[in-house]
Amino acid sequence: MMTSTIIWTIVIIAVLGLVLAIVLYLVAEKFKVDEDPRIDEVEKVMPGANCGGCGFAGCRAFAEAAVKAPNLDNNFCPVGGNAVMQKVASILGYEVAEKAPMVAVVRCNGTCANRPKINEYGGMKSCKVKAALYAGDTACAFGCLGCGDCVAACQFGALSMDETTALPVVDESKCVACGACVKACPKGIIELRNKGPRSMRVYVSCVNKDKGPVARKACKAACIGCGLCAKNCPHDAITVEGNVAYIDFTKCKLCRKCVAVCPTGAIHDVNFPKPVDRTPKPAPKPAAAPAAKPAVAQVPVEKPAAAPAPAKPEAEVKPAEPQVKE
Amino acid sequence: MRRTFSIGGVHPADSKISRGCAIEVLPTPPTVYISVSQHIGAPAKPIVAVGDKVKTGQPVAEPGGFVSAYIHSSVSGTVKSIGPRKDLAGNWQTCIEIAVEGDEWAEGIDTSDTLITEFTDDNKVIMDKIRLGGVVGLGGATFPTHVKLSPPPGKKCEMLIINGCECEPYLTSDFRTLLEKGEQVAVGVAIIKQVLGVDKATIAIEDNKPEAISHMEEVLAGLRQKSPKFEGISVMSLMKKYPEGGEKQLIDAVMHRQVPSGALPIDAGAVVQNVATALAVYDAVQKNKPIIDNSVTVTGDCVAAENQHNFLVRVGTPLSYIIDKAGGIPEGAVKVISGGPMMGKAIANLDAATLKGTSALLFLTAEQTERKPETNCIRCGKCAQACPMGLEPFLLQKYARLDNAGALEENAVQDCIECGCCLYSCPAYIPLLDIIRQGKVKVMGIMRARAAAAKAAAEAAKAEKK
Repeated sequence: MMTSTIIWTIVIIAVLGLVLAIVLYLVAEKFKVDEDPRIDEVEKVMPGANCGGCGFAGCRAFAEAAVKAPNLDNNFCPVGGNAVMQKVASILGYEVAEKAPMVAVVRCNGTCANRPKINEYGGMKSCKVKAALYAGDTACAFGCLGCGDCVAACQFGALSMDETTALPVVDESKCVACGACVKACPKGIIELRNKGPRSMRVYVSCVNKDKGPVARKACKAACIGCGLCAKNCPHDAITVEGNVAYIDFTKCKLCRKCVAVCPTGAIHDVNFPKPVDRTPKPAPKPAAAPAAKPAVAQVPVEKPAAAPAPAKPEAEVKPAEPQVKE
Repeated sequence: MRRTFSIGGVHPADSKISRGCAIEVLPTPPTVYISVSQHIGAPAKPIVAVGDKVKTGQPVAEPGGFVSAYIHSSVSGTVKSIGPRKDLAGNWQTCIEIAVEGDEWAEGIDTSDTLITEFTDDNKVIMDKIRLGGVVGLGGATFPTHVKLSPPPGKKCEMLIINGCECEPYLTSDFRTLLEKGEQVAVGVAIIKQVLGVDKATIAIEDNKPEAISHMEEVLAGLRQKSPKFEGISVMSLMKKYPEGGEKQLIDAVMHRQVPSGALPIDAGAVVQNVATALAVYDAVQKNKPIIDNSVTVTGDCVAAENQHNFLVRVGTPLSYIIDKAGGIPEGAVKVISGGPMMGKAIANLDAATLKGTSALLFLTAEQTERKPETNCIRCGKCAQACPMGLEPFLLQKYARLDNAGALEENAVQDCIECGCCLYSCPAYIPLLDIIRQGKVKVMGIMRARAAAAKAAAEAAKAEKK
């Protein structure tokens, strides 16, 4: 009696298991999702940072999009760079053009020395919040607010705040040009630029759109929109729009003529072997005068701005900081 | 049982130090800077040119859209420049700079102090006078009054509420206006009441201002004997609680009605106007005098008793000039605020000029402005208890930090009135309002874009039908 119960139990469960297995198999066959096996392959070679720098939700989403796309022109993983893209291309059988590596560039040189504070900010330590409240604690309404939203946004530890200048510093070896900091900056100061040969770059380190004298009064290193750089650029790479110069990195040939002529030192050159003819800036003024003359005549704002204007220490007089309540 | 609104609210010390200071007329400054965006809505367009001679009360800018207002010269003199100037937050605003020469008033303005209680104009004429007088809501939002007084068709106003709460600590300009110009305010109320065609009007005053309540009752009793137009206007005493002067809170306190989420006060059958607005309506209708001045309280704990003031200030007066006249920046002050301590804005630029809606200059000490370091949320729920809109600030700030716009909208972040009660009550010193405001701005942007897209789609469908 006892044995037959056990045997029956075993038989019933075995049969039941078999039937369900067949049902499951049939259902799985019927509703099979056909997924391109290449998606998994592509995902495997991705860096796996899921940073969203490519414009997709994560590495898997990028892999899916890359497999579906007719070519890889619009898909690029900034973290993996050309190496990863070569692997992806070989999996998918596409051709991929080499892309010049990019790097985040902080376009503000409003250090504590260059840009004196006119009020004290005591609110929440967030650039977004600060930007929504007022123009900022210096006379420059365009420059870095110094609360470090970009540092918080960086997943790769490539950004840090410099304590002495109160400006963010990009660690080029860590920056993958995912663009998270560009989105995080409410003032639009950070830009992704061509890393350049041996990381040599020239860029305008200012986004101040105020007129020359106003900008200069707010910050010693401001771009005053005098247009000298544009005049002296042999490659037509510089445009001056809204009182601020911009160097098109696709056209720039790194000749550094603009760096030498900039009266405020707003144009920066980095990673050049020789620390530049920055000295000529004050000295060759008479020598460069003939070249500079027409520009000065054309843009009269440049003259008064060039005169040294030590910023008034107004901080003491203006005790104001934005807070909603206390 | 003292009447007040039913949800949330906080009780900051009222600190009305300057309540005893009568309104003094501040001498005209040598130069005024009149901003063209002194109201909510489109900035006004300047209609004067550099070098023009203008008289006091002459329009210098016309409305730049439907929701916009006229702006008048507050002084007589010469237009020196029209161009960008930094406002109190340090942002550029177009300003009309006028160098003062004498004090010659434009024609048709009655500059006498005589009280005119009779008004015979019909509603259309009154509305025109209000519009041409550049009257905007002076309770803080500076919404053009003529727009607010034309309710959309199909909506009926049942009650006019005049906001005399002045629930922000320190401020006393509305209180002094009620005491010193009660008759004028009452006439203004009667005019607005007639325009709206309502039977009932209530002047709501918090019970920390008993003098104002009894004074207004006397004034109204006297006026009722003169004219039947003052029937139906009453004074209501409300319990002191912040933010009682918020439009929706005031409707709840006075009428015991809730304004639904996303709806306007008119949907609850109410129109709310500030005391100062009622006075401006009186000036515009009875005296043909546009808004060229407003009362500004200069106060603060660190301000000496003799330097506490309620000034009648011409629009466009530089703040530094007012501060000079009030004895300079007091010792110990580290922060100047335009408006009250709860919702006012910190001033980053003392050279900025006053606007129509400037209600106070408040000096705060280091102790008062100090922000304590933020700690973790302990889920005590004090912010939810304090929120007068019935929101859950702790939840909203979490979603705002995560940038989750969908969840923010589901939890009605767009209803936030930015009163600061949550921040005031938080024992963990979390800057709730700062974070929530970011989320609110984002959600409002999405909602506007959605509304615009829906409108465009509807128009496209309409065009297709044709």
